[in-house]
Amino acid sequence: MKKRLLSITLTATMAAGLVACGSNSGSGTAATAAQEDSTTAAAKESQAESKEEASGEKKTLTITFKDDGQGENHPWYVWLRESYEAWDMKDQVELELAPITGSESDYYTKVALQLADANTCPDIVFEDTFQLPSDVSAGYLTNLDAYVADYEAWNNGTYYESLKAGSTAADGSVYGIPFCTDTRGIWYNKEIFKQAGLPEEWQPETWQDILDACAAIKEKVPEVIPFWCNSGVATGEATSMQTYEMLLYGTGEQLLDADGKWIVKSQAIIDTLQFISDIYTNGYGPSLSLVLNGQATNTARREYLPQQKLAIHMDGAWISANWIDTGAAPWPEYQEIMGFAAMPTQNGGGTVTMSGGWTLSIPEHSAMKDEAFSFIQQMMEPPAYTKSVIAQGNIVTRSDAAEDEEYLSQPYKAEGTALLDGAYFRPQNEQYSVVTTNIQTMVEAVASGSTPEDAMNQYAMDVTRIVGEDNIVEK
Amino acid sequence: MTKNQGYGFREEMRKSLLLIPAVLVLLFFFIIPIVLTIYYSFTNLALSGSNAKNLQFIGLENYKRMLTDPSTVISIENTLIFLAGSLAGQTILGFLIAYLMKQKAKGFRSVAGPCFLAGWVMPEIVVALCFMAFFKENGTLNVLTGFFGAKQVSWLYEHPMLSVVIANVWHGTAFSMLNFQSALDNVSGDMEEAARVDGANRFQVLLRIIIPSIKDTIATNVMLNTLSTLGVYGLIYAMTGGGPANKTTTLPIYMYNQGLKGMQLGFGTAIGMMILFVGTICSLIYARLLRTKEEG
Repeated sequence: MKKRLLSITLTATMAAGLVACGSNSGSGTAATAAQEDSTTAAAKESQAESKEEASGEKKTLTITFKDDGQGENHPWYVWLRESYEAWDMKDQVELELAPITGSESDYYTKVALQLADANTCPDIVFEDTFQLPSDVSAGYLTNLDAYVADYEAWNNGTYYESLKAGSTAADGSVYGIPFCTDTRGIWYNKEIFKQAGLPEEWQPETWQDILDACAAIKEKVPEVIPFWCNSGVATGEATSMQTYEMLLYGTGEQLLDADGKWIVKSQAIIDTLQFISDIYTNGYGPSLSLVLNGQATNTARREYLPQQKLAIHMDGAWISANWIDTGAAPWPEYQEIMGFAAMPTQNGGGTVTMSGGWTLSIPEHSAMKDEAFSFIQQMMEPPAYTKSVIAQGNIVTRSDAAEDEEYLSQPYKAEGTALLDGAYFRPQNEQYSVVTTNIQTMVEAVASGSTPEDAMNQYAMDVTRIVGEDNIVEK
Repeated sequence: MTKNQGYGFREEMRKSLLLIPAVLVLLFFFIIPIVLTIYYSFTNLALSGSNAKNLQFIGLENYKRMLTDPSTVISIENTLIFLAGSLAGQTILGFLIAYLMKQKAKGFRSVAGPCFLAGWVMPEIVVALCFMAFFKENGTLNVLTGFFGAKQVSWLYEHPMLSVVIANVWHGTAFSMLNFQSALDNVSGDMEEAARVDGANRFQVLLRIIIPSIKDTIATNVMLNTLSTLGVYGLIYAMTGGGPANKTTTLPIYMYNQGLKGMQLGFGTAIGMMILFVGTICSLIYARLLRTKEEG
């Protein structure tokens, strides 16, 4: 009898186990896996929290930011540690650095997963300005209006007005303190240009000028890669902004038309994709194995440029920060060798740049908003703040920091900052953060051999699905 | 009689009571998540944006969008190619290895077996890293082919599907081998011997005696491999990320891209249901094949 009972129970348990195992292959969704992941993390965290509260120890302020793989020496780590040392609340509050090491797009997904739940939510999060409108719409971020009302530097004109717009949502409220902005352009290697018989001080007037330079380099200096632009899904926002939008906005068209509708089909999109296609079909670009993986931005900035294996690189003005003494790839001669030119518009007559930036935001679920804002104020205090922006190679958001001698004497700083006048910003549209992933797919498709028309048709279909048929337009 | 009935009822109760823990575990970890997944696939659930705050039932909208999207068709095609390639490779190789090892000495089997098993035991991500190193431009494969004067090939970008299929075959062959080994051990030696005596050659014995005797194992093995191959995500994601462009975007990768990267969880779960659907169809086909075989 007992034996029978035992065998029944065992069989039942086994059967349940088998069925549960089987589900992995059939219906297990990534969403559930991710949820499970965050639940365990949450459980651990809340355990840790309650332990600390019970023993009456310091409270912990958690900060989430992006680590591109450089680790402890990354300017953001240094900045956070130094700001904490100078903070007057450091005796009451412990600082916990919670970096996310991952590719561009994984960062935003992981942040969104963290912000959605009170248990996993950090107290301060580094938000890219393009992701901000979407996270505000989701109710993930704290409205900082009440906080900035008492923040003197915010109200006395120390922060540039034009940059406050990047952290202000559609409802007119402030959801983050902008700490850097940036511009984009074309880096070129003067020595390679010389060998190719091109001018050492170079400013292309049209897209064709760039293609002509590539052709000359390919012919005369065949061992180097003529042109590199971020072209893959894995390089995320860098592909959308540093490549696609820099080109598209140079045609005179933008992502949205004047009525705020997404342009999904147009000659300008075709022209933009055709330029990318020209780069790859003519053999001007790097091999796909180099450019389509998640490490591609680092490969170009930290290997191919310093090793002088790459002639022209379309990227951010800040990437020279990699080559300074404390950077990820020190390169003492970079100032003599590298030139920085503005990106020309398609048919000449002007230049174009896209501008982005990052903000410090406080998640809605944070339990320590006052402490968090106090720490943000501390982080934004020069000279530690200025030092950090210099190390990032970015542009400051405070006028007092902009007057700093050391900051002003940074190489390429004047060129980069000059571009800021008339810079375009990405649409302050909550759907941009999803549409941008489709831009990346479109660019990668063209880079790996699709025709511009096919890639655009797929883009049109994807964007229509996301924003709805009423919000698109074809030109 | 009444006594017996009472006893029977109590017995039933006791049995049910003992089943409760198992049922509860099933309910919480299997049935509720599945029901939730089905429900979410009919909603606008999102990770960010205003939909994240405003969960709504949107009926068949996700499914309509999915079925009108050419990416879905491409993903299904890719999934089927990946599936067919993996199954063919794993089954044939697995059978061959098991068959070749059958008549060998025990010592040889105990050395060779674990070597094949190593591929199966290795976590998916490690397999992916190994094969990335193998297929890289200056990786092992190119060094080997270069030795014979062949041109360097960027395998992961020029033949991405072939590369991931090979990696998956390497990873999964040992499982098939194990199945076939135990089946082959049960094939009666008398029959083989009788066939030999009748003048059948080795190939005829294989085709007429051995394969028919293990056909049920073949079917079961194919079905199990189908279910596990349909869910392969980490291997492909690590090796090619679904690319270049969408050349290796199978349904699980498509689901991740839309659901988590694109932050449209509702749409992502609808794609998850599609994977379940493809899996169910395959299982039904195999079940049908198995049954007709038995009847025949």
